[in-house]
Amino acid sequence: MKALVWHGKEDIRCDRVSDPGIEHPRDAIIKVTSCAICGSDLHLFHNLVPGMLPGDVMGHETMGEVVEVGSGVNGKLKRGDRVVIPFTIFCGDCDQCRRGNYSVCETTNRNKDLAAKMFGRPTAGLFGYTHLTGGYPGGQAEYLRVPFADTTHIKVPDHLPDEELLFLSDILPTGWQAAVQCDIQPDDTVAIWGCGPVGQMAIRSAILLGARQVIAIDRLPERLEMAEAGGAITIDFSTESVIERLDDLTDGKGPEKCIDCIGMESHVSLSQPDTIYDRAKQMFMLESDRPHVLREMIYVCRPAGVISIAGVYAGLSDKVPIGLAMNKGLTFRMGQTHVNRWTDDLLKRIADREIDPSFVITHTVDLEDGPEMYNVFRNKQDGCVKVVLKPGA
Amino acid sequence: MTLLAKYARHPGDPQILSRGPSSLGVWDRLARGLGYFSLALGAAELLAPRRFTRALGLTGFEPMIRAYGVREIGTGLITLSTEKTTGIWGRVLGDALDMATLAAAVHPQNRRRGNAKIALAAVIGVAALDALVAAGLTANHRRPMKPPRSYRDRSGYPRGLSASRGVARSRAIAPDMRANPLAPDQRSAASTSAVAGPRL
Repeated sequence: MKALVWHGKEDIRCDRVSDPGIEHPRDAIIKVTSCAICGSDLHLFHNLVPGMLPGDVMGHETMGEVVEVGSGVNGKLKRGDRVVIPFTIFCGDCDQCRRGNYSVCETTNRNKDLAAKMFGRPTAGLFGYTHLTGGYPGGQAEYLRVPFADTTHIKVPDHLPDEELLFLSDILPTGWQAAVQCDIQPDDTVAIWGCGPVGQMAIRSAILLGARQVIAIDRLPERLEMAEAGGAITIDFSTESVIERLDDLTDGKGPEKCIDCIGMESHVSLSQPDTIYDRAKQMFMLESDRPHVLREMIYVCRPAGVISIAGVYAGLSDKVPIGLAMNKGLTFRMGQTHVNRWTDDLLKRIADREIDPSFVITHTVDLEDGPEMYNVFRNKQDGCVKVVLKPGA
Repeated sequence: MTLLAKYARHPGDPQILSRGPSSLGVWDRLARGLGYFSLALGAAELLAPRRFTRALGLTGFEPMIRAYGVREIGTGLITLSTEKTTGIWGRVLGDALDMATLAAAVHPQNRRRGNAKIALAAVIGVAALDALVAAGLTANHRRPMKPPRSYRDRSGYPRGLSASRGVARSRAIAPDMRANPLAPDQRSAASTSAVAGPRL
């Protein structure tokens, strides 16, 4: 089959690789109909997350049709079912899964020792996202083996197109969880850093959840325009002061809820000296993340407010003003998304026409064009916000 | 790494049968080569500056050669990072400095001026390659001044924005997702008790 394979920093290729097969009774094989490039795939593209090895198949936003099931799937899936695959692999049986904390499932990470060394305790297995999270081959491919398939799937109806359903795999529930865990109240101002795909979903989630005011921060005109279309007031940080604008919009008190949809690769700019400091340290491997957004959020957030982190951080962040956070009594919420905890509700909202996540798609190409699209997406060229890949198109 | 990957990968995982074209372009590959060249040259200048000063007739300028070595290693590391365009432009500036230094060494009193001339010619050649790669990378990463299309109509709300505001407000929030210790129905009670309670 064809698959997008990581060969090293900025080196992705559409290779021909061996087909996956059933390895465990709880496995299923799906024929991929649509998959997408995620912003967090760019962290792997840039080799900033440890644990990638040449030959790893990329991708964790995937949907398709079941073509084979293992004997242990127990009728929960059958050949021909149409499914979206959540990026978090979960068993459904462990203590964390029973609490709905699927992204920290205690069972599915097959490299538990490695993960425990890095994180202190292992987290769930993820598709196509380093050997720290199990080293599972990803879904930017023609076929995908889904381990723990009896639980790790979202069955979707036939009458809705792939484009409306695909993002149940990651960015929609990620934006949703980022907003839900803010515990948004009707009089809240929610500020969202980053208008990439997850940021766009967080904006829509905050609007649906009834925030009084949603403010979106970015520098790319096309993304700010899309954020505005979603109901956000926008701040272009390349031309205006984020702090001053947020003060203006909140009577000098700051937003109650701040959402980080940027993560470890915040934009580097001469006007923000800390970003240059972070980039230099990251380059010399003295720091893994560039936490400019985190610093800004902690500084500007209203006391007793909430900081919600949806953007991916890899490890060590420097000069994070924890003293400010402590004295202001901020609440921090963060984590990889417990995808299936939200997808029944979100699928219903898609079917009820409350939200149509396909608005974010700007490019749809063949899988073979994937390597080039990694460059276009990374360089933010051609108005690129979200790329959908069609294997076998 | 490829060998390590072979042993680290689980046996059933897909194995590469044939390779397709890479996302790395010609300029990226040239930049990578120049980055490694910078590291090697920088290490040589840092560790054996006397060899350079003797060959070029610049005896006594060893600290300067060492400083150039540090500069080379710095631009090399930047060139090998994702900020390679900055790294290569840094190399172009460094080339200008090298050329000025070598031009100053080409004077009649320098018995090694022949070596200095050869080195100057080599640096001019490398500078031309650096400038070419820098221009190529800059062009590759350039964004058009105006966005190519409008996303003004991409609200994502099939029912419209105003009809969608707050439609999910009534959903029950799981207790572990409650971030605000003062849930809305407790606020008035909390503020009343705060007035009646002890003052700090």
